[in-house]
Amino acid sequence: MSELLLEVTDLHAYIGSPRGVVKAVDGVSFEVRRGEALGIVGESGSGKSVMARAIMGLMPARSARTGELRFDGKDLLGLSKQDLRQIWGPEIAMVFQDPGRSLNPVVRIERQLTEGMRRHLGVSRSEANSRALDLLKEVGVPDPERRLRAYPHELSGGMRQRVMIAVALSCEPTLLIADEPTTALDVTIQRQVLDLLRRVQRERGMSLMLISHDLHVVAGRTDRTAVMYAGRLAEIGGSHDVFEEPQHRYTSALLGATPSIEHQRHAPLDVISGSLPSPTDPPAGCRFAPRCAAASAACETEQPPMVDVGAGHAAACFHPVNMKEGELVGR
Amino acid sequence: MWADLLRRAGYALLVILLVTIGVQALMSLAPGSVAEVILGENATPDAVAEMNAALGYDRPFVVQYVDWLLAALQGDLGTSPITHIPVMESIAQRLPVTLELAVLALVIALAVSIPLAVLSAAFPNSALDRGINAVTSAFLSIPAFVAGPVLIFIFAVSLKVLPALGWVPIEDGLGPNLRSAILPAIAVALTEIAAFHRVLRADLIGTLREDFVAAARAKGMTGGYVMFRHAFRPSSFSLLTISGLSLARLIGGTIIVEALFVLPGLGQFISTSIVQRDIVAVQGVVAFIAVGFVVINMLVDVGYGAIDPRVRRTPKAARRTRAGVTRNATGKAVSA
Repeated sequence: MSELLLEVTDLHAYIGSPRGVVKAVDGVSFEVRRGEALGIVGESGSGKSVMARAIMGLMPARSARTGELRFDGKDLLGLSKQDLRQIWGPEIAMVFQDPGRSLNPVVRIERQLTEGMRRHLGVSRSEANSRALDLLKEVGVPDPERRLRAYPHELSGGMRQRVMIAVALSCEPTLLIADEPTTALDVTIQRQVLDLLRRVQRERGMSLMLISHDLHVVAGRTDRTAVMYAGRLAEIGGSHDVFEEPQHRYTSALLGATPSIEHQRHAPLDVISGSLPSPTDPPAGCRFAPRCAAASAACETEQPPMVDVGAGHAAACFHPVNMKEGELVGR
Repeated sequence: MWADLLRRAGYALLVILLVTIGVQALMSLAPGSVAEVILGENATPDAVAEMNAALGYDRPFVVQYVDWLLAALQGDLGTSPITHIPVMESIAQRLPVTLELAVLALVIALAVSIPLAVLSAAFPNSALDRGINAVTSAFLSIPAFVAGPVLIFIFAVSLKVLPALGWVPIEDGLGPNLRSAILPAIAVALTEIAAFHRVLRADLIGTLREDFVAAARAKGMTGGYVMFRHAFRPSSFSLLTISGLSLARLIGGTIIVEALFVLPGLGQFISTSIVQRDIVAVQGVVAFIAVGFVVINMLVDVGYGAIDPRVRRTPKAARRTRAGVTRNATGKAVSA
């Protein structure tokens, strides 16, 4: 059994739009190891959600995926729909951003929670129900018997996301993809849900892909972190390294733009000037070059390759943070 | 809850009042009178006036209306001065025909349009979808007075499998009854199919883009399961609405088809009564149909609750849902 659970190699996900082809994911490679929590951070529009959906095969109409997606040795892009349906649920499960929209409003929690188990695990109705009760207890839903009979609108937002997590866990997946799982929740609830995700990931030895625009969400709860910018990976490495010693100029700018508790009051925040490049017509060189203070002529014309900048730490930057001025890395 | 019911009943009463006042006004404004019809075209103006006075039609409009209303509230819709049959009795006689025709047409239209809409939504903008659209559009453009004769020609004249005209009451056996009802029902249903198909197709396509559908797919559920167990119910609001409207409309007026197939239904009764200036009969039938409209609309409202649990609890949520907010309603908007 390989240590690597999911291998993403040169993944492209393009979506047709009236304004041209949106290159939402444009050449991304990374892997998810067994039992690890990988964080994916990036600002809105960086392509993280499309990437999650591309891995799950949940692409909208008029879209295309190329590259390679290997899950547990299986080629996800080559499998038939029938074979994929055996993977979705018992192998890869997903938690969506807004539990108010990802639970069917007209179906009781009971069926939404048990239908996957009934299909994949072949358990009886009563067996599925008792497992559902256990799952609800595991994710911290009080009074699970009553919640099973409830409709989603009768639950609070945090409870709904706990239910969604229970749904995702129901068929005991080896990989859980959580796409902005707390963005739609109240701040006080966010922490509970994130800690829950981390807890079940550890207890079950499951792999977790935690996608967020919020660096703090990912920081303390993941083993490794990948930073995404404009459809590409900027940097990937151990979470501690990425957050403490960012190498890519984008990562360091992003961290610099994040207020922290030590931040002096009323002191100006280092914002990143400019905005995301056009997703239909991205710059030829480094995608961050137009907004980067350290950009040189090479950055404008050449795409910087991913190069190792430390142990298990790589960045796609000609001018990593710890390099001297004028020196180019990776050429 | 009770306030809502009361308000609804108030609206319903208002609708019925306005409709019956309107009918009375139109009938009294229209030239000719029932006395001229009864006495024939050679009657002297004096005789006509005398007869109208005897029937009470010389009284002021308001008095006539209030008089009718008070009787109607007690269940007496009056007696036709021409046939001398109580209007209630005439309605009771003809209602089963029209009701069966309307319900059968609705069932046929739904039975055809639902599978077509599901197919269209499963493969939107495909050749199949476009083909289905073309066929239903063709149905839409065939009026009942064309579809009727064509159906009669095919099934009654050429194939000789169904009777061309006439009505067999259900008391004479369900089989013969259905055989006499099926062709007119199809003629009526054809034009409804296109609207049903389009509305359901559009709603299904919208629902299939929802996150909860993606979530169901992410559980590895099959396409058919996702379509019928997850997408169909939340997509059926508009279909329910226009089905209710169709049913109400069909009960009020399948006049052409009833005339075409010689069916003794309400439509035929009302058209005869209008020609004969039979105010009592027209007023009675219209009041009855108005009540039918109101009842069907209430049933549709109950139906919303059956589809969506959020509607059952608060009438406010019901109105939001009907305005099409369902699919945008985030948890926060709906939860208490």
